[in-house]
Amino acid sequence: MLNTNEHEIRLQGINVAPGICIGKAYLVGKEGVEVVDKYFISKDNLQNEIKRFKSAVKHAKDKLQEIIEKTPEELRQHIHILETHKVLYKDKMLYGKTIETIEKKRVNAEWALKNVVSNVKNMFRNMPDPYLQGRMADIVHVSESIMQNLVGAKTLDIGAIGKRVILVAVDLSPAETSQIQLEKIKGLITELGGKTSHTGIIARTLEIPAVLGLEKATHLIKNDDIIIVDGTAGIVIVHPTDKTLIQFEERQSNYERHMAVITRSSHLPAKTTDGVKLEVMGNIELPEEVVSVINYGGDGIGLYRTEFQYLSQRDFPYENDLFENYKDVVEVMAPNPVTIRTLDISGDKAVSYASNSDEKNPVLGLRGIRYCLKNPDVFKTQLRAVLRASAFGPVRILLPMISCHDEVLAAKKILNKAADSLDKEGILFNDNIEVGIMIEVPSAAIMADVMARDVDFFSIGTNDLIQYSLAVDRVNRQVAHLYQPLNPAIIRMIKYVSDIAKNNDVEVCVCGEMASDPVNIPILLGLGISNLSMNPQSIPAIKKIIRSLNVKDAALFVKEVLKETSETGIVELLFGTYSSILFELGYTEP
Amino acid sequence: MNNSENEFSRRVTITNDLGLHARSAAMIAKLVQNAKSNVWLIKDGKKADASSIIDILSLVCPKGSTITLTIDNQSDLGILNDLVRLIESGFGE
Repeated sequence: MLNTNEHEIRLQGINVAPGICIGKAYLVGKEGVEVVDKYFISKDNLQNEIKRFKSAVKHAKDKLQEIIEKTPEELRQHIHILETHKVLYKDKMLYGKTIETIEKKRVNAEWALKNVVSNVKNMFRNMPDPYLQGRMADIVHVSESIMQNLVGAKTLDIGAIGKRVILVAVDLSPAETSQIQLEKIKGLITELGGKTSHTGIIARTLEIPAVLGLEKATHLIKNDDIIIVDGTAGIVIVHPTDKTLIQFEERQSNYERHMAVITRSSHLPAKTTDGVKLEVMGNIELPEEVVSVINYGGDGIGLYRTEFQYLSQRDFPYENDLFENYKDVVEVMAPNPVTIRTLDISGDKAVSYASNSDEKNPVLGLRGIRYCLKNPDVFKTQLRAVLRASAFGPVRILLPMISCHDEVLAAKKILNKAADSLDKEGILFNDNIEVGIMIEVPSAAIMADVMARDVDFFSIGTNDLIQYSLAVDRVNRQVAHLYQPLNPAIIRMIKYVSDIAKNNDVEVCVCGEMASDPVNIPILLGLGISNLSMNPQSIPAIKKIIRSLNVKDAALFVKEVLKETSETGIVELLFGTYSSILFELGYTEP
Repeated sequence: MNNSENEFSRRVTITNDLGLHARSAAMIAKLVQNAKSNVWLIKDGKKADASSIIDILSLVCPKGSTITLTIDNQSDLGILNDLVRLIESGFGE
């Protein structure tokens, strides 16, 4: 059907996950485009409807009380937010107003609640204080749990989408992205977020074309609009003309053909032309992703992020559940190694039951190893699970957010305790398990020589290392252009760590997004990096470029790179030296 | 409605660093749940029901702001005094 009265609109966002898709838009707004049925209640049934609402509130509140009671004593400091939620359930502005709306408007409880919450939202949106604006999340959380009890244990709206659509949202929370099902979603568009945001990582993992950071997307795009998402170029086209449609369908099939070619050679080793073999491993978040690491020819798991089991539940997971997951991954991956990173609850992935909502700057706050050392029982539970999994194949432990040497010692002490407790119970594990640290805080990089005494390997987490070294918030659009992997300061820092690792016989791996972009590989190779870990679908392209490089030339090239004083200079030098190889991969000089 | 200070109203200054945030508002609301009649927080002529966290938050009271507490019923005088103590103690933060 031809739309004569609507013009094609081209929008430019951030190209976050490659690929092209064409389909209908589905908006998941904070405004709740999710379907809430509205129907009228007869006068005789009003009291029943109110009763139904009250019992939904009671159920939600009881459930919360259960969570609070189950929380071990030492974690109680984190649950004051849950106590607040408990009081919120009966808040006049929420509870009283909803009952009032049911009575006055004679509507069903879901509709009444939705309206009340929407009003409260408007009120909060106009508040001057960002902290108070943030409290809206508490109210949304409380009202959503009531809503779930009203409509029966229905999952959130993303899970309930019935057709294959392109999701359009202001932002997606980790909990929401975790519900994305491939068979239902073709593409992703959000107003917030960037390449290294959580949503971006998930989109690439699931191989969904995604354009993020597209301002006003939820205003410009309406439900059921036909849109094209070009995740390679970061372009979104609304109401495409027939000509544009044909053009992009062609591009789509070209892209898929190109990917098929790269994938075919992915199982060959990543050996340079002068015979140096690199380990190219995969980063995963979900146990299921092991399969894609193997499919794409990964040599192991270089980074297993373990936050998901903590995020997807209402309470801390049990040791056995953790163990079962780790064991699955280890068994499937063996004899290749699996590097399990211990819990890194971070700023953009706050776990509701464990978050300290009073933190003004969570990225610089209680996260990673800091959180674990403050909550040794949570930490010990996970370490026991990791140790138990080590009986089933090669496992390595990776400690996140290390910023001083003492943290390494303290973490190892708890690891020893966990090992002792397993020993006493007669449970098998590898008592020579390798322990490594993430180098993602500049202080850890500077102290690498000291750190090297007590660890078996370094894993350079470039995402955070860049963010902390350059003082750039990677999701802040205003400064996103300053987030430069090839900034000379970053290259010098990696060189420093890599040199120390070599002198101290410590293995070093680069596991941030930087490792997954072919452009960076000549420099990483020249810096002496021989282990890389990345999202599984980047493995084939990275292996391919490694096969066309040679270490000696790369080392000479890096000598020149180190003389440059700006990112621009380095990029120019890079494209000047490796133009033919990069061109073959589809890169053109910026 | 008379907002000036009398035996049923008290003026207090918010002293805790975070101001009236979710946790402190919850503490106020909890206390007020036992009141026989309405308890109000007033700031710059805006009035909030002290039994509602949401209403309290909507007043936006950062550290240093001065608010008036009033009660509608004399028998809630005890609660009024408890509230003043709670706020002046900085909510035990």
